[in-house]
Amino acid sequence: MNHTFPLLKVSRLVKSFGGVMAVSSLSFNIRKGELFGIIGPNGSGKTTLVNLITGFVKPDSGEIEYRGNKITGWPPYKIVSLGIARTFQMVRPFYQLPAFKNLIIPLCSPRVKKMEGGKYGDQDAVALDLLEEVGFERDAFVSYKVASSLPQGYLKRLELAKGIALRPDLLILDELFSGLSLAEVASIVPIIEKLKFQGKTIIMIEHRLKELFRIADRVMVLNFGEKIAQGSAEEVMESEQVKKAYLGTE
Amino acid sequence: MEKRKERIDRGIKARSEDIFALSSFREMLYLLAPRAIPVIGLLGATPFLSAYWQEVFISMAVYALLAISWDLLISAGLVSLGQSLFYGVGSYLAGALNYYWDWSPLFTIPVATVFGGALCTVLLLPVLRLRGIYFAMVTLVLPLMISRLVEATRILGGTEGLTGLDPFPDQLIALWLIQLALLATLFGFRRIINSNYGLVVRGINDNDLSVMSAGLNIYWYKAQVLFLAASVGSFTGAYGTHLDMFAGMPGFALDYSIMPVASAVVGGMGTFAGPMLGAFILVPLSEILRALGALRIVFYGLFLVIFVVGLPEGLFPYMQRKYHQFERWVTIE
Repeated sequence: MNHTFPLLKVSRLVKSFGGVMAVSSLSFNIRKGELFGIIGPNGSGKTTLVNLITGFVKPDSGEIEYRGNKITGWPPYKIVSLGIARTFQMVRPFYQLPAFKNLIIPLCSPRVKKMEGGKYGDQDAVALDLLEEVGFERDAFVSYKVASSLPQGYLKRLELAKGIALRPDLLILDELFSGLSLAEVASIVPIIEKLKFQGKTIIMIEHRLKELFRIADRVMVLNFGEKIAQGSAEEVMESEQVKKAYLGTE
Repeated sequence: MEKRKERIDRGIKARSEDIFALSSFREMLYLLAPRAIPVIGLLGATPFLSAYWQEVFISMAVYALLAISWDLLISAGLVSLGQSLFYGVGSYLAGALNYYWDWSPLFTIPVATVFGGALCTVLLLPVLRLRGIYFAMVTLVLPLMISRLVEATRILGGTEGLTGLDPFPDQLIALWLIQLALLATLFGFRRIINSNYGLVVRGINDNDLSVMSAGLNIYWYKAQVLFLAASVGSFTGAYGTHLDMFAGMPGFALDYSIMPVASAVVGGMGTFAGPMLGAFILVPLSEILRALGALRIVFYGLFLVIFVVGLPEGLFPYMQRKYHQFERWVTIE
């Protein structure tokens, strides 16, 4: 293992909801430029972990460091301004607006202004470019259609574009593939690979193990808020505990 | 055989939404007419009003402004049941400046507008995190608390209020002033809410988590919206103070909180023009019904109920739909 300085360092993180341990004493590091997968059965604390990192939920104890700075308990907007962006598992776009107008809100953030050198520029044009990047066909004017008329696949891409719009260094994708067909997943995978190639660090929470294992550098497995395995896809699949968590004890 | 109503956008709407708008006078008129009607209607009627109807028009404009201010708060997901807080604060500020320091209305009104807006924003800042009914409850209680505070401590004239304040030079000037303020607010707020800034504000109402994850501080945005709305409310209060030559506890009366909500419901929420239209119907109606004496409130309430049941979307969205779309019945197999 190479000993590069971790981009994100989570140590002994604890969060419980009324007696239920959602995340219990969890520690892990994320290296710059890697694609880190987090898997686990339902209710294993994956989404809570995302909420903790992005500041939507405050931890009971433990620390989160980003580039060596403590960000534990910071509000979401400050965490975004450092370069951490997330997508939501449940897509809830502004249905009555055209797809590209949905991107205006992230494009209004101070983070984008800073990255653009102090000005917002033509936000509509930037939004249309972003949507083309995530696979909205420009020729077919899909970006101009109201969000309510778009199928789930496009809404997921829109959610991804909302994350990319913030120009993050660390992008956290919360179950991006859920509810998509194999073909739709196959068309989104190259977009994620391209983001990784551009040097972005990506955390993917996934239920779709096969697709995730194909692109992830390292995978961490959670069960009842605890880390039960970590390593490459092959190492993780070999682990007895993982088999037990997914298949149950015989 | 079942039938359903089909609604189709008029061709002229689609054409005039884009740059083609300038291709013919008809299309220009199509866009211009709905916006010109309130301007011409308001300003054109003014010279022909009797003194009594001038007063009614002033009252209509005051409530319309409060209703538009209420509508802006709703756009950001803030339900206010305390527009009278804004009115009362603006009223007392202008009144005090005039009473104790003898400032002319020329200065008291602008100062009360800005500082009243700021003061109300600071007062409500701690509860901006609350949503829906919880925020509404606080806004409802605050003006009642302040008026009791004035009564108990006898500050600012206590129950007597501040009397003998400077009036406007004449009623017609007062009418022009409030109408210009109303039109400026109407078109100004519409412009704001349709800008990218307004998109963020509406986004907070729709899905605040999504806006938070976009790296925006939603409480900062809410505070800005609150300041805008409270400033408009404080303006009406400052204006009303000089109109009545009096600032007192009635400034925090429930009327100023309830009328804007009723106007917005009748006219249609979230459109600004709707709440204004609502106020322009409800205020004269209440005046006309005065002849009925005690039965006035009964008929007034009946009218409200009929409206809310019959046209829940509000009058303005209904008119908008009729203007932009045609409808026809089609059979479905």
